[in-house]
Amino acid sequence: MPQQPIQAPFPGVFYRRPAPDQPPFVEPGQRVEADTVIGLIEVMKQFCELRAEATGTLITFEVEDETVVEAGQAIATLEGE
Amino acid sequence: MTIDVIKPGLATSVQDLGRTGYYHLGIPPSGGMDQRSLRAANLLLGNPEGAAVLECALMGPELRFDERRCVAACGAEMVPKVDGQPQPLNEVFEVPAGATLGFDFVRAGARLYLAVEGGFDVAEKLASRSTYALGGLGGVEGRPLKAGDRLATLPAVTPPRPGRRLPEALLPRFAKHYRLRVVPGIYDHRLEAASRERFYAETWAVASEADRIGYRLKGGSSLSFLEREPPFGAGDDPSNIVDACYPIGSIQVPSGSEPIILHRDAVSGGGYAMIGTVISADMDWVGQIQPHQQVRFEAVDLEQALAARREYRDTLEALRRMP
Repeated sequence: MPQQPIQAPFPGVFYRRPAPDQPPFVEPGQRVEADTVIGLIEVMKQFCELRAEATGTLITFEVEDETVVEAGQAIATLEGE
Repeated sequence: MTIDVIKPGLATSVQDLGRTGYYHLGIPPSGGMDQRSLRAANLLLGNPEGAAVLECALMGPELRFDERRCVAACGAEMVPKVDGQPQPLNEVFEVPAGATLGFDFVRAGARLYLAVEGGFDVAEKLASRSTYALGGLGGVEGRPLKAGDRLATLPAVTPPRPGRRLPEALLPRFAKHYRLRVVPGIYDHRLEAASRERFYAETWAVASEADRIGYRLKGGSSLSFLEREPPFGAGDDPSNIVDACYPIGSIQVPSGSEPIILHRDAVSGGGYAMIGTVISADMDWVGQIQPHQQVRFEAVDLEQALAARREYRDTLEALRRMP
């Protein structure tokens, strides 16, 4: 199956959880749809949802929760169907 | 002629050179944060230098053109794409009728300026088309673009020349570390001497709360203000002053913790001591710094600031004379 990165659309801070006291949006190994939210990226007081953009299995996160990411950086790896 | 906004990007707004003359009434100048790139995009196309453009912060929009139009994109490096095909930055190119203009990830810089031949046509408010989102003034309904907006353009003044390109010497050079020149004052005497020195010696990182209103900086040591009896009308915090006017570019440090550089959508006054002002020649660069990139401040005197302004004006003059 082809593997593809889920990339950060802009620079900011990546969050795996909707709020600090809530569970992560998805766990590695989980099946995702194109519109599945896998995390948030925050910049300029705005939180934007990061979506899988394809159907498949999210194999791994390439960055830790709450880290600074650059535009285009791979956030997670997806195995497509 | 209409341009449909399919995706708005992160914070895309209509901007021109700004709304000057109302700051004393609390209405900030607004306008493109990187004025040089805004002017360059218009001049390339043969537009009036201050025609309204789209300022696209950190992530570009997706726009569908119903008629053929020439455009130019200057500033941050986000490669434009017409129906997926890469197009040059800093060069006039055509968007065919029915085509979609999008942008790649930002590779350097923070704000791209997209000019279209003739300029974007929104109603002028107080003699400017610039969007001041905090005050709901100008641009499209006083706000950044949303999906579903329809933008109109004005007729071209001079026919654009596809392929016309900014000369190499006039291209901006982006970095990940910036040096910003600052004229100290007018309240830096309120800082302890050691804090004043540290402010210029340390490296600061732009916080993620960096927008058109102000750029907040983190990562340096907290600054200590001298203890004093608050004068009548000033707050109790040592960083407070009796309310005063804030110049664009002035640096305030609420409670001494995180410096904020005010930019073109800033409030016009308040009660925080300004410890310096970024010189006008460097304000365009402030608007091109991405959150989490690094900044150092360099103290300069007024003469150096004026010399830098002359140099900046020479650059604008060179843009006006480009072939």
